This record gives sequence, C-alpha cells and structure tokens, in this order.
Amino acid sequence: MKSPGKLAVLAAAALVGVGILSGCSSSSGAENGKVNLVVAPVLPGATADALKSLHERVQQFEKKYPNINVKAIEYQWTGTTFAAELAGGTLPDVFNVPFTDSKTLANNGQLADITKYFKQTATADKWNKNVLDVATGDDGKIYGIPWGPYAMALSYNRDIFTQAGLDPNKPPTTLDEIQQDAKTISQKVPGVAGYMQMTKDNTGGWELATLTQSLGGKLEKVGADGKVTVTTNNAQTKQALSWLKKLRWTDNSMGSNFLFDWSGINQAFASGQVAMYMSGSDVIGSLMQANGFDQKKYGVTTFPLASNDNAGILSGGNVDVVNVKDSPEQLAAAVKWIDFYRTQPTVDKTAAVNNAKTLAKGDQAVNAPTLPVFDKATWQQNQEWIKPYDNIPVENLKPFNDNIFNQKISPEPPSHSQDLYGALDAVVQAVLTDQNADVDSLLKGVDTKVQALIDADSK
Amino acid sequence: MSVHTSVRQQGRVASARVQRRHNPITWVQRGGLTTLVFLLPLLIIFGVFSWTPIVEAVVMSFQKTNLVTAPVFVGWDNFVAVFRDPVFWIAVRNTGYFAALALIFGYPIPLVAAVLMSEVKRMKGFYSVLAYLPVVIPPVVSVLLWKIFYDASPNGVFNSILGWVGIPPQPWIQDAATAMASLVLEATWAGAGGTIIIYLAALTSVSPDLYDAAEVDGASIWGKIWHVTMPQLRGILFITLILQIIATAQVFLQPFLFTGGGPVNSTTTILLLIYQYAFTQSLGGAYGEATALSLMLAVFLAVLSIVYFRITARWSDK
Repeated sequence: MKSPGKLAVLAAAALVGVGILSGCSSSSGAENGKVNLVVAPVLPGATADALKSLHERVQQFEKKYPNINVKAIEYQWTGTTFAAELAGGTLPDVFNVPFTDSKTLANNGQLADITKYFKQTATADKWNKNVLDVATGDDGKIYGIPWGPYAMALSYNRDIFTQAGLDPNKPPTTLDEIQQDAKTISQKVPGVAGYMQMTKDNTGGWELATLTQSLGGKLEKVGADGKVTVTTNNAQTKQALSWLKKLRWTDNSMGSNFLFDWSGINQAFASGQVAMYMSGSDVIGSLMQANGFDQKKYGVTTFPLASNDNAGILSGGNVDVVNVKDSPEQLAAAVKWIDFYRTQPTVDKTAAVNNAKTLAKGDQAVNAPTLPVFDKATWQQNQEWIKPYDNIPVENLKPFNDNIFNQKISPEPPSHSQDLYGALDAVVQAVLTDQNADVDSLLKGVDTKVQALIDADSK
Repeated sequence: MSVHTSVRQQGRVASARVQRRHNPITWVQRGGLTTLVFLLPLLIIFGVFSWTPIVEAVVMSFQKTNLVTAPVFVGWDNFVAVFRDPVFWIAVRNTGYFAALALIFGYPIPLVAAVLMSEVKRMKGFYSVLAYLPVVIPPVVSVLLWKIFYDASPNGVFNSILGWVGIPPQPWIQDAATAMASLVLEATWAGAGGTIIIYLAALTSVSPDLYDAAEVDGASIWGKIWHVTMPQLRGILFITLILQIIATAQVFLQPFLFTGGGPVNSTTTILLLIYQYAFTQSLGGAYGEATALSLMLAVFLAVLSIVYFRITARWSDK
C-alpha cells in the first residue's frame, strides 16, 4: 500500500465519501429554464381522494404557468416542530404559519419579502388592511398572503346526538347547555366523551384563551404605552377552568383521555370517541382530508359567548409564506401559486367554480365554514358561486353560518402567544387530571414565566 | 567490550531510532501516510458531524441567538435562566425518579432472566428470540402500541385484563401519579432484551469448571449463582449499570411520545426540557438555554462516569 497510485485512489475514495455526505444541499430552483417550486398544501396522512384533487389542482396550475414545476408535499404546522424545521432549513418553498406567528417571523428576517410580486396580483388592492396586517412586517413590506380565517366553533357528531336522544338541529347555545348535553351523551352513549378540549402542544392554552375571551376576559393586556402585561390569573380564566372542572369531575363527561393535541382530537372525534369539541370553524376540511370523516355526521355551531360587551370569539387563520432562501424567480412563482391556490378561488368565479368542482370530485370539503378574507359581500358572492358543488349538508352548518356574523371577533393574545399557550397547557392538564389542582398558583406561575419572556424582548 | 561502551552504543542506537521516527520520509515509508489516508474520512466525518456541532453547542450556550440574526454573547445568562426555571427542578426530579424506577425494575429483571435462561436446557433459542423480540420492534411503534394498551377507559387493553381479576381501571399515563411508572414499564419491556443478550454472552464465558468445583463443594443453585456467576459477571454488571444510568438520564422517546411531558409536567425529563427550550417555541427557541442545559447534563454524566469507574475499578481489582 505504498505506491502513489494506490494512495491517490484512497484519497479520491475518501473525498468522494465526504462529498456524498455533504452534497445534500438544495437545488438552485431552476432547471431547463423551468422554475422548481415545492409547496405544502396537504396534511400528513391525507386520503387518496385528497391527494387526487390536489394533483389535479397542480396540473391546472402548471397548465396555466408552463414554466413552473410544482411539487406538492405533506405539511402540518405544529408549534412544537416548526422552529426545528425553520432552523434546520428543511421547510419547502411555500408553507403556512398561523396568524399569531407571521409578523414576528417577518420582523426576525425569517421570511421572504414578496412585496414586489404581491403587488402584481389582481387582488393586491382589494385586501382588508386589518387582515393583511398579519402578513405585513414593521417595515411595511408584505411577507405572506393570509387565507382561511376562521372563528373558534363547537363541532359535534350528529349521529351521537341522535343516539343520546338529543336533537342534532338544536345544538347547545350556552356553556350550561354544552355541559348538560355532554352529561346526557356520556350517560347514554357509554365510552364516548360528551365534550373534550385539546390539552397538548400549545393547543390547551389556545382553547383556554378561546374560553376566556368568550367569557369577556383577556390573557394579555396592552397598555397605552404598548407594554404587554400577562393576565392569565383573571376571573374569566378561572371561571373557564371551573367549568371544565365541573364537566370532568362532577359530571365525568370528558372521557378518559386528557392528553390531546390538534390531530389527536380530530382522530378521536372522527372515530366517534368524542361527541363535541372546540376547534376552528373550518376543521371539517381537515377531518375529511386526513381522517376520511363522513361529513353527513358533522355538525357545527358557534361557540357560546357571555352576554357582556367584552366577550368575543377567538379567531385565527393561516398565512402562506415563502422560504427566505428562495431565488427571485422562485419568489415570483411562489406568489403565483399562493394566488392561484388560495386567493383566486375566493374572488374569481371561474377559479372558485374550478376549485369547488375539483374538491367535490375528490370528496374534499367545498363549503367548510370560514370567515371572509376580504369583506362579507365578496364572501357571500363566493358562497353563491360554489353552492351547486356544496358537499357538506348546508343544514349541518346552519347553526354556525346563521350566527357567526352576530359574534364579535376577538384576536389572539398579541405577544408570545404560542409560549403563553404552551405554559397554559399544564394548567388545563392539571384541572383535568387532578381534582385538587391549585389553579391560582398555576396561573400565577404562567404569568411570571411569560411576562419574563415579554420583558426580555424589550431589553 | 566494557560496560560503558555498551551503554554508549545503546544510546546511539536509541537516538538513531528517535531520529528515524521523526524523519518524514521514513514515516511515509513506514506507512504513516497510508494510515493517515485511512483515518482521514473518519476524522473529517467526525469533525464535521460530531465535534464541530459539540464545539458550536458549547459556544452557543453563552449566546442569545435565533439562528438567523447575529448571535450576542450573554455570559452565564443562559445557565442562570435554566436554574431559575421552576420546570428545570421538576425535570431533574422526574429524571431522577425515572432513573430510580428503571434501576429498581429494569436492572435486575434482565439479569434474573438471563441467569434463568442460561439454566434452561431445552429451547434456549426460543427463549432468546422471545426476550429479544421487543428490541426488534421500532421504538416509536412500540410506544404507540403501548399507548393504545394504556387506554384509560375500562375497555383499554390493560384495564380489561385488570378487570378480569377485579381490579378497577387505572388512569395509566393520564394521571400525574402513575404516568412515570407507566413509562418505565414500557421502557423496561423495550430495553430488557438487549441487556439479556449481553448477560447471556457473558455467562457463556464463565468456566464450567467453576460450577463443577462449586458442586463438589456442595453448593446449591443459589450458592452457585451468588458465589460463581455474580463475581464472574461483575465487570459486565458494572458496565451495564453505568450505561443504564446514562441512558435513563437521557430518556426522551417515552415522555415525548406518550405524554409530551404531561400531565402537568409530571413526565417532563431533562432531555424533553432541552427539546422544549429549543423547539416548542415556534418563533425560534431558546437555543442558548437548550445548549446550556445540554452542556450541564453532559458534564454531569462525564463526572458521574469518571467517579463511577474510579470506585468500581477498586472493587473490580479485589
């Protein structure tokens, strides 16, 4: 093994080995004059039907823009994995983040500036400033395109309501009625949780925020000087927790599993283990896409609000954003995709009808209840266009659609929302698993913890 | 030849040897370069994928960074923040509790099983396969399976079994009091097979003559185990003990998949807390605090291992 030839071979082999390992970087994004774009519009575990209708939409897009190659991958934003994906650089070119996060990510320089390309879209001037604000950085530039705003709502299984002797057309309209119905269901349909909420991966806090705001409370208060104070230890949050405690410990109507995240509770609901739960009003779209849930069993109504003036329903939504590492060609293509896939179906009749037809063919939700992206008139117009293709029985959505415009919309807590939600998970879990949980000290602990994070920002 | 001349000659030879060793041409001729070339891929791969991240993590533990904008040096702030976090002390307690439970249940069971299996004369292979089977199942799959078994409703698998003997349904992972023990049960089931195989291999190296001698001396089965098997296995037992302590101090999979640290942080372990610092804050985690805690854990385990080996080396020498 001393000849120079053999040594050269060895050295080459060593370098090739290292080259293979280090050669996993991403492509330049362009190939044969075509722009490559990886988008993430479908949830992991999507049904074959869902993938089929997505494929069709991708084909329609590529036909319209022949110089763009679209590859669609599965993706689900979760608070607990997003930071790792972002830091690891494994996110696709287009992905979505919740309303709570887009602004901060934009200000941190973690999202691509798409202002130039956004301005070229047909709807650029039509946007409601308040909605577009979630995707606008402090520098006034646009970093994303919002879609699918929703209000928190009460989803319920109509079949289980019937089994329990309840009228599925008359869902509960107050917290007391939810409690009563949940009790009846868990007594008459053994093994089914009458009512349940999410508790894990920041969702416990998200739903507690909904309950608090529906009762007129706030988890964070913004002072005149813009300073945010964390106020979870308030009367409404405690009222919300004591309501949960009653359902869990007095009525025993929340089943036996108390560790649910978003996809976990969807699964439990779709498999008939949970009769009523709180989620976004558009959740039926995911239930059909990822759980193959039969929409005929689905019922949804507005989540009850207290009668005081401060009570409002927590709303949220998604923002499609673009990878900060993308080339200008990819940015342009990405905005075209988002506009085609998300925005056009809400404002353009042809796009709306095409989208509805494709979704209906693939047995995907056409008329999942959402809130208006632009204004109520555009939203109503859109509902008219897609009406012939509606595949969720309209009467099942009636309790929600009839009442949602009477509810005051209340945005999510403004600062460190996901941290706040994460810290509150433990409080909700405590109430559901420990009859003697000391709510006061737990909430005080959350206040201290999250306030420290907020104060650290201003240092 | 006088003694002096001989010594001088030897000195000259030695210095020539030293010279030859330091001569680059001789070094190449003796195959030094080949060795280096063979070593190079390993050095580069370890350097790039192991040592660089370790060094970067140490640096990061003294920084505040979101991995995008320029990091800022903050001195010991990250370490102070970790110590001030009430969940840190809960995580330390939980990890200690997990390690203790795993030691009580997980450590003796494989040893007893291995000794029993080595005594079995027939179908030895069958028992080995049976013991090793859980190790073959991918860990994530087995946790998800056990999650179903742990269903807290009366219809859950384990609760149904308990029901047959009149024991009421247990909350398993749904209650802070029983969650950790449930995690240890699964971890023991999943990990015992590997340790059993190590013990079985070690048992084959015990000379049968020793057993024969013990038998001649009138030793019972228990006597043979206590006076022959255990002393012969001492080295292996010490190694598996420290390996188990290190592994349990780094437990992550079970709390992450079973409970996400709940209910109410009752299964939040140190590694899960590191993960939570770094990744659960969707807007960019406290990477500084995460690496600071990782560093503390690494130093603690290194010190523990050194102390352990010092102590056990003395015992092993006996």
